[in-house]
Amino acid sequence: MPDQTLLQVDKVRKAFTKADGSELLVLNDVNLRVREGEIVGLLGRSGSGKSTLLRLIAGLSEPSEGDVTYLGNRVHGPARGIAMVFQSFAVFPWLTVFENVALGLEALRIPRAEIRRRSLAAIDMIGLDGFESAYPRELSGGMRQRVGFARALVVHPNILLMDEPFSALDVLTAETLRTDFLDLWCEGRMPIKGVILVTHNIEEAVLMCDRILVFGSNPGRILTEIGVPLPQPRNRLDPAFRALVERIYVEMTSRPDAKARNELFPGLGIGTELPRVSSNLLSGLMETVAAAPFHGNADLPKIASDLQMEIDELFPVAETLQMMRFAEVAGGDLRLSETGLAFANARLDERKRIFATQLMNYVPLAGHIRRVLDERPAHTARKSRFFDELGDYMTDEAAEQTLRAVTSLARYAEVFAYDDQTAIFSLENPS
Amino acid sequence: MIRGNPFAFVRERVTRWDLIAIIIVIGLIAALAEASRDLLAPLSKIESAPLPLDPAYLPFYAARTSLRMFAALGLSLLFTLTYATAAAKNARAGKLLIPILDILQSVPILGFISVTVVFFMSLVPGRVLGAEFAAIFAIFTSQAWNMAFGFYQSLRTVPTELREASDAFHLSAWMRFWQLEVPFALPSLIWNTMMSMSGGWFFVVASESISVGHTSVALPGIGSYIALAIEQRNLRAVGWAIATMLVVILLFDQILFRPLVAWVDRLRFEQDATGHAPRSWALTVVQRSHVGALATRGFYAFILRISWLRPATAPTSADRDRQPGARSKPGWGWPVFIGLCVALALWSVVRMLGTDLRLDEVMSVLGLAFFTMLRVFVLIVLASLVWVPIGVWVGMRPRAMEIVQPIAQFLAAFPANLLFPVAVFGVVTWQLNPDIWLSPLMILGTQWYILFNVIAGASAIPGELRYAAQNFGVSRWLWWRKFALPAVLPFYVTGAITASGGSWNASIVAELASWGHTEVKARGLGAYIAEATAAGDFHRIVLGIVTMCLFVVLINSFLWRPLYYTVERRFRLA
Repeated sequence: MPDQTLLQVDKVRKAFTKADGSELLVLNDVNLRVREGEIVGLLGRSGSGKSTLLRLIAGLSEPSEGDVTYLGNRVHGPARGIAMVFQSFAVFPWLTVFENVALGLEALRIPRAEIRRRSLAAIDMIGLDGFESAYPRELSGGMRQRVGFARALVVHPNILLMDEPFSALDVLTAETLRTDFLDLWCEGRMPIKGVILVTHNIEEAVLMCDRILVFGSNPGRILTEIGVPLPQPRNRLDPAFRALVERIYVEMTSRPDAKARNELFPGLGIGTELPRVSSNLLSGLMETVAAAPFHGNADLPKIASDLQMEIDELFPVAETLQMMRFAEVAGGDLRLSETGLAFANARLDERKRIFATQLMNYVPLAGHIRRVLDERPAHTARKSRFFDELGDYMTDEAAEQTLRAVTSLARYAEVFAYDDQTAIFSLENPS
Repeated sequence: MIRGNPFAFVRERVTRWDLIAIIIVIGLIAALAEASRDLLAPLSKIESAPLPLDPAYLPFYAARTSLRMFAALGLSLLFTLTYATAAAKNARAGKLLIPILDILQSVPILGFISVTVVFFMSLVPGRVLGAEFAAIFAIFTSQAWNMAFGFYQSLRTVPTELREASDAFHLSAWMRFWQLEVPFALPSLIWNTMMSMSGGWFFVVASESISVGHTSVALPGIGSYIALAIEQRNLRAVGWAIATMLVVILLFDQILFRPLVAWVDRLRFEQDATGHAPRSWALTVVQRSHVGALATRGFYAFILRISWLRPATAPTSADRDRQPGARSKPGWGWPVFIGLCVALALWSVVRMLGTDLRLDEVMSVLGLAFFTMLRVFVLIVLASLVWVPIGVWVGMRPRAMEIVQPIAQFLAAFPANLLFPVAVFGVVTWQLNPDIWLSPLMILGTQWYILFNVIAGASAIPGELRYAAQNFGVSRWLWWRKFALPAVLPFYVTGAITASGGSWNASIVAELASWGHTEVKARGLGAYIAEATAAGDFHRIVLGIVTMCLFVVLINSFLWRPLYYTVERRFRLA
């Protein structure tokens, strides 16, 4: 009985068709099995396809290839017995708490009296007693998400899907909701038999899940599976807990595609996607790592908790530092290079000089734009020229973001200028 | 929350579908006019009973006029819920339906009344009922497009997660429409209804008393009353009509729309929106009594009942995802259908042009349109010079705003054509040049859109920005140039677009006006259409309408639309 499979995902692939007809692969060869009584975590950065996978499981969209099977039947549209909790709560603002919870039952055309009984029971269980007639606008974020939970539980689902349910809440509220949820789960008071939790918060995954699937990007896929053998309730300060968190950081920073990218750097052309990272964050992180207590070498989980940064915020910064050879990221650590240390200790104009050198040498797109501007007699070039060039390598949105990113870095380094009104790159600074 | 979409400009790009839409709409007008022309003769006998000018009848007239407004409003709502839903749910149909709506917005309603009045009267021969239909239809055309656009816009912006939630919890498409989409769209729908309604008074006044050729109809109502007063040169009766209208609009505003706007504010999706919640004394009264609670509960039960009406078997969006055959194969039926529509439209236009319209007449109409265009632009500039500084001044003073803003909105709703006789009386008495002195009438009713949009814009400027400007000693011309004007620009453009569209429409009644049997006429397209209407010359009516329609569409596509988006991108206060 405890080993019964609730849900199975087989060789699932999901691709979207872009406007120009080409394909954008967001999920490739994903396999997953959820057994009765477990919480499975899907952990990864944004863009790794974990939310897409959750929507495939919910029946909100269909895989391009492969199957999602729930209790032996292929999932075709939203299945009875699978309910979902959303990141932005998705409660209906024009319905009261009670009406929101009752909605799922009304859709199933259950008799009035039973709707009432079950809704009140769910409201009671989730700790919303007394709020039945309140409108969502009168509630705090935490209470709104409780409505989201009550609405999902009232339909008595077998599987509960949670799409980053705590990420829109403040730290304290999120922790309270997690603990309440885990208490209900461990005491077996909820009707659910299995949970899938999408998150980008490593500690949250270790705190709540029995198994964690780590996702990688481009295309989204499962990199590795990590079991969490710790008993509930778990203690964040427990050395075994810390060791697991550390291990996941290592997995996520030394993944094969990062290595491959590293080795390929000099050869990689202008087609590298750049994340939008502010130069303030780059210099701020370098300063922090250069100073005590890190002295040039920092443990990523430690930095993340010190600076209160989610991995979604921290990793792009760390990777940009790595790309510009300011630092080396490996084994869950961030180690500043000689250049990085020099930058951290320099004054503003010296910093700009160092930054410009690194940018020109190691960000091929920046060097490319600068060369084009140098070669032209007027020293100007239209943005569309580079946009089209990038179009060979990436989607339009990614190209737009990459151009914005490189512009922001180049402005800081004073390598070239850009006028947003006319969409023209130039060498001159505005007078 | 004053600032909605400037009505016609929800789409950023002009596509070939716009061209198809233009052809189809023009074809429709031509076909309808051609049909009406044949019907005109046998109808000329209709004469309605003469209306007494006794002010004691005015409450009765006001009630009749209001009833027409409500009938049109009901039709507009029905149209909105069906047409906009079809356009939003069926991507293929939407491609054509939305441009058609866009073009329909540019059709000068007042020119069109003459065409429809004959058509509707022929449906109910020998009866005044046909004229009632025509009047209601005219008001409908002044309300429906804008409301449908707003509703379509709302349907397209329902948050993905709410949509997914309703799918995940197995709401049928029918249930989702009533439980998710309608409530989500309701705030903007009510706002648009209110704006449409205020535009509608102008047209109800104009459409009650109509004469096409030898057929003249006067429906009991404020519009007919004032038309009769003009004919009899009775300035006192005109005054009574104006006063009655003021009271009617005030009642609509206080008893219907304020409470609705205040009530619907609770349904807003942006839950943490700051700022003043709209208030209404009428709503407070209703809410304090038990009627309010009953009504709210009744409304919800009603929605629930409706949403249960249909069996829960309608396919959800996920189901539609899964039928690739339905989408990937467009089939040949649709293009052939479109092709047929276009061919039919072209045929009816060509058939009409082939008759007695000559090229030199077309050229002279283009010239007249140019005069009207010049008038509209000059008036917009003049009105802006007056109202932008005043609007900024008022908008930055909350106390002044509380007084002025409702007045400005009220004036926008007031049918300016009621004031025309007063102005025409002046022009006639002092022998003024009508080419100049009739022009201000065109913008009399629409200038307020500029004022209250600018007020809204100025009041939306964050206090800290103002303090910053003060702190750095930015003053006088620099203050206007670098601070106040850029900050209100997006709002101003919205207002100017609305004002310009309204002025084109108003030119039909403003460029040709009469006082008793004295006629004053300004050179322009509006006068041309008005004269053609009076003469019952349908070919010239269509030529005039189509020319005006094309001018408005072109000005929208090449001036206002690009301007709106540029301003929106550059000057939006995030």
